[in-house]
Amino acid sequence: MAESPNGATSADPRKIVKPVAQGEPILQVRGLVKHFPITQGILFQKKIGAVKAVDGVTFDLMKGETLGLVGESGCGKSTVARLLMNLESITAGSVLYKGDDLAKLSGRALKAVRRNIQMVFQDPYTSLNPRMTVADIIGEPYDIHPEVAPRGDRKRRVQELLELVGLNPEHINRYPHQFSGGQRQRIGIARGLALNPEIIIADEPVSALDVSVQAQVVNLLEKLQNELGLSYLFIAHDLSVVRHISDRVAVMYLGRIAEIGTDAQIYDHPTHPYTQALLSAVPVPDPDGREHRERIILTGDVPSPANPPSGCRFRTRCWKAQDICAEQEPLLEIRKGLSGLGAHDSACHFAEEKDIVGAA
Amino acid sequence: MTTIDTKNKPEGSGPAAAAPLLEVDNLHVEFRTRDGVAKAINGVSYDVSAGETLAVLGESGSGKSVTAQTIMGILDMPPGHITGGEIRFHGKDMLKMSKEERRKIRGQKISMIFQDALSALNPVYSVGFQLAEMFTVHRGMSKKDAKLKSIELMDQVRIPAAKDRVNDYPHQFSGGMRQRIMIAMALALDPELIIADEPTTALDVTVQAQVMDLLAELQRERNMGLILITHDLGVVADVADKIAVMYAGRIVEQAPVRELYRQPTHPYTKGLLESIPRLDHKGRELYAIKGLPPNLMRIPSGCAFNPRCPYAQDVCRSEIPPLHEISVGRGSACHFWETVMEGEVRG
Ligand SMILES: Nc1ncnc2c1ncn2[C@@H]1O[C@H](COP(=O)(O)OP(=O)(O)OP(=O)(O)O)[C@@H](O)[C@H]1O
Ligand SMILES: Nc1ncnc2c1ncn2[C@@H]1O[C@H](COP(=O)(O)OP(=O)(O)OP(=O)(O)O)[C@@H](O)[C@H]1O
Ligand code: SF4
Ligand code: SF4
Ligand SMILES: [Mg+2]
Ligand SMILES: [Mg+2]
Repeated sequence: MAESPNGATSADPRKIVKPVAQGEPILQVRGLVKHFPITQGILFQKKIGAVKAVDGVTFDLMKGETLGLVGESGCGKSTVARLLMNLESITAGSVLYKGDDLAKLSGRALKAVRRNIQMVFQDPYTSLNPRMTVADIIGEPYDIHPEVAPRGDRKRRVQELLELVGLNPEHINRYPHQFSGGQRQRIGIARGLALNPEIIIADEPVSALDVSVQAQVVNLLEKLQNELGLSYLFIAHDLSVVRHISDRVAVMYLGRIAEIGTDAQIYDHPTHPYTQALLSAVPVPDPDGREHRERIILTGDVPSPANPPSGCRFRTRCWKAQDICAEQEPLLEIRKGLSGLGAHDSACHFAEEKDIVGAA
Repeated sequence: MTTIDTKNKPEGSGPAAAAPLLEVDNLHVEFRTRDGVAKAINGVSYDVSAGETLAVLGESGSGKSVTAQTIMGILDMPPGHITGGEIRFHGKDMLKMSKEERRKIRGQKISMIFQDALSALNPVYSVGFQLAEMFTVHRGMSKKDAKLKSIELMDQVRIPAAKDRVNDYPHQFSGGMRQRIMIAMALALDPELIIADEPTTALDVTVQAQVMDLLAELQRERNMGLILITHDLGVVADVADKIAVMYAGRIVEQAPVRELYRQPTHPYTKGLLESIPRLDHKGRELYAIKGLPPNLMRIPSGCAFNPRCPYAQDVCRSEIPPLHEISVGRGSACHFWETVMEGEVRG
């Protein structure tokens, strides 16, 4: 643990934790598991099963990069985010921040790490307390970490943040309902930036916005990344937005990662059938394309995470499934025979390239 | 003032030549609140025919849902007030009908699908009971027949093992299934028109594709009219026949779907299309329309879009642009639509 001697009084939390070079892993997630118990009984709660919301997730987040996380509703994206934020307890696995296991940190060291990982939530309408002014909302993190902005300095800090996200610093005493959806999302981002974090976990930050407002917020996030060297874990179900903003993309299915790679690997050379189906289902904003596209419509509903299928979890909806898919779990690895951009981690026994997006 | 009137267009000008099923004509709605009067709808006109899909696009707060609520008669009144216009169903103004007459149309001939299926379904009754109720109340069916009919409907919207699930409660279904049950309820009484307000926004793409395909297929089968409110320009490109774009309570552009995407004639539409991120390439910075949505209590004079418009001239601040007819079924409420169409930025 390399803490600089003046760490505790520094206004910049980055100074008290060791630096990581651009492109090196800043966050390493290893075999992350979260099971929510299913209980029965009123007086004596008996555990009768578990929702396997996250069931063995491994990935790295590099310094200065944006990792997109996509997948069907209920596949565990938000749970991963909540685990990284320490809003849920980890059932198994570990999270390493600059090589240090978060579970083994305590006291000041843990607090410093926590400060460096912040979150921006999905819903700009419900995630801001309607009875608090903008100044209180953005300044609230300083109550927990007063060392970042001493009391007398807060108003100035909040105004700086408002300016940074493109809001009028004079509106510091307004309430959330006096802002439009896009402006509220900026307030959420300003709050996420208050403690000068290195990592921002953004859970569906633009899903509730219309496209023109969405473009403003995405541009802002990219500008802040360039200026501040931030790393983003960007969760969304709009695959076009994810491609636009991400350097790498991880596709989740039923608590596991199905495929992970650079944006070109995932979008132009997908090898997992689930990714291929997901990409083929994206509506393309071009009426001339609608007759020519091949759409893979998945039959059946997502299996229950309390009782996932044996072997490959996607096999109940996969058109390529064979006997081995029920017997053996496919590892997330590069399969033999794949080359070029097709050669990236994919959890399918029969991983092979299929051009989906270009075929449109 | 030129306005587009599909009723008066030349004979044999396409499949929509028959009289429209529903016509919204110069509708005005305002909300009178303690803070002042918000002019939410300021002369909206659109129409939809049997078998046709009209997509309504527009900025958040532009009045898409309020227009739909007014058609359905579920507008909050007060604070809402309808201050002008007509809503004609088969040529007859619903706003002037007796309550009894209106009740027969709304909910039966016209039905609505909401964005949030979980809050639209009653959590304390089984899905089957809620479906069956439509048949016992409106069709006077026996309980037993109504239940059979409910299972048939659930089958039609592809709920697997409908017979076993008919007694399940809403929370026991996934988001996609609940939305399909909402579609089943909307279809139950064989409506002629469906209004779907953001039916797939809460769903992820695979389920969204299932739901939209189902809706489009059932619409074709039954020759229904469909008004689809959404901000997903991909969905619109997939299913719409024509599009109406709203801004500050007005229709600013109206066009057949292909023409609108190929050659927008209003600066707002143009900005909207340029803001879309693309799946097939990674752009640089996304285009974003500058500025903020208008305050409905103080809508800018002249063209409401003028403070944000790269084409704006002096006349835009003084004169409200009428909906200029460009070709059949195509109109733009912009003084400089020709310039916009050519793609040059003025000013
Ligand atoms: N507190 C909880 N108790 C029990 N089950 C939970 C809890 N939180 C989440 N789950 C379950 O865990 C699974 C994963 O949920 P999660 O919210 O992570 O999904 P998601 O991928 O974020 O989905 P969405 O795209 O809909 O936001 C779901 O089946 C959900 O019902
Ligand atoms: N009950 C109400 N009282 C006061 N104002 C209202 C009420 N309902 C709607 N409004 C206002 O009317 C305007 C139009 O709202 P509407 O819901 O139609 O927008 P929309 O185009 O559907 O937007 P979105 O895309 O966000 O759903 C908004 O400014 C809204 O604040
Ligand atoms: S492992 Fe088998 S079931 Fe799983 S995705 Fe590959 S082919 Fe399909
Ligand atoms: S009328 Fe003027 S301000 Fe309005 S959209 Fe056209 S050019 Fe822009
Ligand atoms: Mg989520
Ligand atoms: Mg709406």
